[in-house]
Amino acid sequence: MYLLAIDGYFILEKFLLVGLIITLSMVVAMYATYAERKVAAFLQDRIGPNRAGPFGLLQPLADGGKLFFKEEIIPLASSKALFILGPLLAMITALMTSAVIPWSRPLYIFDREVSLQIADINIGILYIFGVVSLGVYGIMIGGWASNNKFSLLAAIRGASQMISYELAMGLSLIALLMLTGSLQMSVIVENQQGGRLGGLLSWHVFYQPLGFFIFFICALAECNRTPFDLPEAENELNFGYHQEYSSMKLGFYLFAEYINMFISGVVMSTLFFGGYDIPFVNEATWNIHPNWLAILGFMMLLTKAFFFVFVFMWIRWTIPRFRYDQLMILGWKKLIPLALINMVVTALVILIWKK
Amino acid sequence: MSITQILFWFLSVLALFSALMVVTSKNPVHSVLWLILTFFSISGHYILLNAQFLAVVNVIVYAGAIMVLFLFVIMLMNLNKSVEPQKNRWIKIAGGIAGGCLLLVLVAALRNSEIRQQVVQVKEGEIGLIRNLGRELFTTYVVPFEISSILFLSAMVGAVVIGKKD
Repeated sequence: MYLLAIDGYFILEKFLLVGLIITLSMVVAMYATYAERKVAAFLQDRIGPNRAGPFGLLQPLADGGKLFFKEEIIPLASSKALFILGPLLAMITALMTSAVIPWSRPLYIFDREVSLQIADINIGILYIFGVVSLGVYGIMIGGWASNNKFSLLAAIRGASQMISYELAMGLSLIALLMLTGSLQMSVIVENQQGGRLGGLLSWHVFYQPLGFFIFFICALAECNRTPFDLPEAENELNFGYHQEYSSMKLGFYLFAEYINMFISGVVMSTLFFGGYDIPFVNEATWNIHPNWLAILGFMMLLTKAFFFVFVFMWIRWTIPRFRYDQLMILGWKKLIPLALINMVVTALVILIWKK
Repeated sequence: MSITQILFWFLSVLALFSALMVVTSKNPVHSVLWLILTFFSISGHYILLNAQFLAVVNVIVYAGAIMVLFLFVIMLMNLNKSVEPQKNRWIKIAGGIAGGCLLLVLVAALRNSEIRQQVVQVKEGEIGLIRNLGRELFTTYVVPFEISSILFLSAMVGAVVIGKKD
């Protein structure tokens, strides 16, 4: 890291990349709200938003405009600085995760190799964990600063849920790390290239199906999506931790959830589904410019991520919410032992395989 | 000044300032939030020393888990000024003197220790990287490592026993 020769182009390159990825996350999150309503409508045999623009495509813009122009209310009895800090933190932590994801192969622009990864640190997965574990502060601070009993209850529910499921998430990933022998995201993706069926059989999901299953459930819980949306259970807690929020502060909270969903889709595709690897074909032998290959790989990664976002929505409109004790029993008594067994079995198999 | 030096001074000032705010804040929730900021600046120091693993684990364990539980308890107890026990003035003065004595002893002990002679490896020590750290922990220091894990296990068992209702 410190050996890199930092020149002007390098800084410019990274700034552009950060800007692009943040814009991408925002736009995806914007249209994820539209997609959510369309998916919900489809599953409930309705039409969904269809007034603003063709097929209702301008609906997210209309929603955003509405949120911006609404009156902004800060409760008098709240602590003002923390009230503003809450949605800010939710947004920042949602966007920060994307920094270590390898979006595609490097691009070649004017004889320069431009890596499509903001920071290739050798503790990539731990970085993601660090940011995810901070995500809870947005909810907690916002819920407490609102000075409202319902918000406080929702915040505390959210915090305990996130802490509980982080443990199982970490344990499920340890088995994956034993396979790759590295915490670096780029190495993990490289490890999944070039198996049989055009790289398909080297995807980690075939070696760690149980690990992926646990990770997926925990990702649902970390994003506060149904069936784990207890922090915003409107029939018990009115509206949840963002009850006192209005205008764009509320918008930030809702938006952060969709960004989290997209990023967790990307993380799952990177860790378990080969990242930017295109299945069924061996794209490395194609005789095309590496830039095209990079763009195709990027599209592939996005497709995989969108598929996961779709599955998240599908689950939301199909499965009812857990009760609180069921949630805790699932987290502590089922998922953690399962993840531990998965870890021990993986370790044994690797040990025998190597002998 | 190089970038490293600027970062060092910035992080040091931030760490000291937020640590002072932990003690002086009236509201316990604010204290916890300042403490989280202190942990972050200490993590920044670890990164300056190229101890990436330590830095990120510091954030995950302390800022991400332990402080959340602190915040949890303080929010549930709903501490505010009216229920805060007001201590006697003499106790406050005695506490200040006792703390000052501790500082004096610590400074006196560290003044002549070996640490002063060692040069800090800023940006270049390799031991903080996860591969080297793991190797050291599981070869040279494997006995202390296992003993401390047994300590954690017994603490966990104790917590479960205390937590049981009957």
